[in-house]
Amino acid sequence: MSSGVIHDIGYQRYSGPRLGRAYATRALYSHGLRTAFGLGRSAKAKIFPWLVVGIVALIAIIATAVRALGGGFLGYFGFVDVAAFLAVLFCAVVGPELVSRDLRSGVLPLYFSRPLTRSDYALAKWAALVSAVWLVFAGPQLIMFLGGAFSGGTFGDFMDELGQFGQGLAYAAIVALLFASIGVLVGSLSGRRAVAAAIIAAFFLLSQAVAGILLGLGYGVDEAALRRASLLFSPQTLVQGVQAWVFDRQLDQFGPEFTVGSFGPLYAATWLVFTAVSVLLLLLRYKKVAR
Amino acid sequence: MTLIATEALTKRYPNGVNALSDFTVQVEPGIIGLVGANGAGKSTLIKILLGLVEPTAGKVRVLDLEPGRDAEQIRSRVGYMPEHDCLPPDVAAAEFVTHMGRISGLPRTTARERASEALRHVGLYEERYRQIGGYSTGMKQRVKLAQALVADPDLLLLDEPTNGLDPAGRDAMLDLIQRIGTEFGISLVVCSHLLGEVERICDSLVAIDSGRLLRADAVSSMTTARDVLAVEVSEGRDQLVDRLNGLGLSVRLEGELLLVPLESADTYDVILGAVADLDLPLHRLDQRRHRIAELFQSAPQEAAHV
Repeated sequence: MSSGVIHDIGYQRYSGPRLGRAYATRALYSHGLRTAFGLGRSAKAKIFPWLVVGIVALIAIIATAVRALGGGFLGYFGFVDVAAFLAVLFCAVVGPELVSRDLRSGVLPLYFSRPLTRSDYALAKWAALVSAVWLVFAGPQLIMFLGGAFSGGTFGDFMDELGQFGQGLAYAAIVALLFASIGVLVGSLSGRRAVAAAIIAAFFLLSQAVAGILLGLGYGVDEAALRRASLLFSPQTLVQGVQAWVFDRQLDQFGPEFTVGSFGPLYAATWLVFTAVSVLLLLLRYKKVAR
Repeated sequence: MTLIATEALTKRYPNGVNALSDFTVQVEPGIIGLVGANGAGKSTLIKILLGLVEPTAGKVRVLDLEPGRDAEQIRSRVGYMPEHDCLPPDVAAAEFVTHMGRISGLPRTTARERASEALRHVGLYEERYRQIGGYSTGMKQRVKLAQALVADPDLLLLDEPTNGLDPAGRDAMLDLIQRIGTEFGISLVVCSHLLGEVERICDSLVAIDSGRLLRADAVSSMTTARDVLAVEVSEGRDQLVDRLNGLGLSVRLEGELLLVPLESADTYDVILGAVADLDLPLHRLDQRRHRIAELFQSAPQEAAHV
């Protein structure tokens, strides 16, 4: 062993501050956020997150360019809906990256023997993924805002754009909260990253297929209630239903006359319950997990 | 200050296993060996000390704090090195120990400095920027120790620190532990199922078996009169006793046997010389080793104070 030599320079005791539980939780959160983008990790770990970042940035740049050239504008909401597929992939890969790795390496006892609690650990990881997914949306939205904010000419136009931008960020948060909660919860159930990633991706894809079939059925049998409720059955469409109700948006992508109608509040409630239950299950999971 | 004090500490798991039963011990600062077979309750005791496991009954205090109530305070002052693998493979040791320092509550730059120091103290310096996955078992054990040491704890809990090490690695780890206890001034509880290993470096020993305290005592009080020479002669026993007493040895009689404390390597020669001088037929001369293990086995089960 080359490391057998112990250099004899005296040991220094530490009498400075010990910053405690809240600080430890914040440190874990920022570490998780960095890990999500591969920062402080190997070059290999940076490939996927920055590929996603590159693609969403490209979408935003193209959307801004098309707008500047007088074509239609994708819009802040439209951008989030288009990029949602990438956010799903991001959650499927990064969610397990944040939690499955810790389960597999057995590092949890090192965390739990420190000032933070099991719940602090779970919430810090959760918040890190929510923030990471939100940033994946918010960064490109900022590009779109900067590209469009000063083209209107009047202060009123600027404020209007700012309002749209703000709504877009809020919608991005709604999407990030739901997607990331699912990603971290499923990731925490398995120490195998690939398995967790596959389950997350499969869940999103299959549920989207179910929602699509129900929507098609709603048109086929011409049942308005079925059409309006169909988006409840998949996270990707659920958030669009929330968008329609909360931001009073038209969802043309589901048909020219599509509306969630009186189901609006149900969408918001479903989103809230789904997110909250995922977080609760995550906390329960970490009450039990041994290592 | 009492380092650790337990009173009738009991832990019964839901599956009916009694990991600890009526465990009462008081431990003063120093290097403490916690010895017992695998499954004797050592790990459960450590988890209770850290506030990770709630005892079913009884009282416990660590550094004059209660794990149930002051868990956060205890955990910021106690370093823990688990028995099993607990290191992420794809992170550099310096990065990992720094992160763990921050989780222990060290400010960012302090964590970085102390991580380098801790790794240096455990004998990793050049290698600390390499990924842990490429380390040998011995180096991994050192990283595990460094992450426990990084926030300058008042107490280190080491669970089987020599696990998986070759004999040279064991000796190096034990020397390091002894250095931490003596030079760094940090108290340690060293769990081991190998008594012979910890008795060498510990100030006191706590022996545990099936969740019960076998014995707790200072090593010095266990090893006094540890090595004795047993002499037996066919005749002229009293002559020999007088002669040896005259030579300054304190001889004790046990039946036909003369028991002479082995004070130095010369004791053998002195006895042999005396026997030859008196021209007595020597029947036997052998060393009786009071292994600490024997002391534990014969000790009554009772509460003890170290």
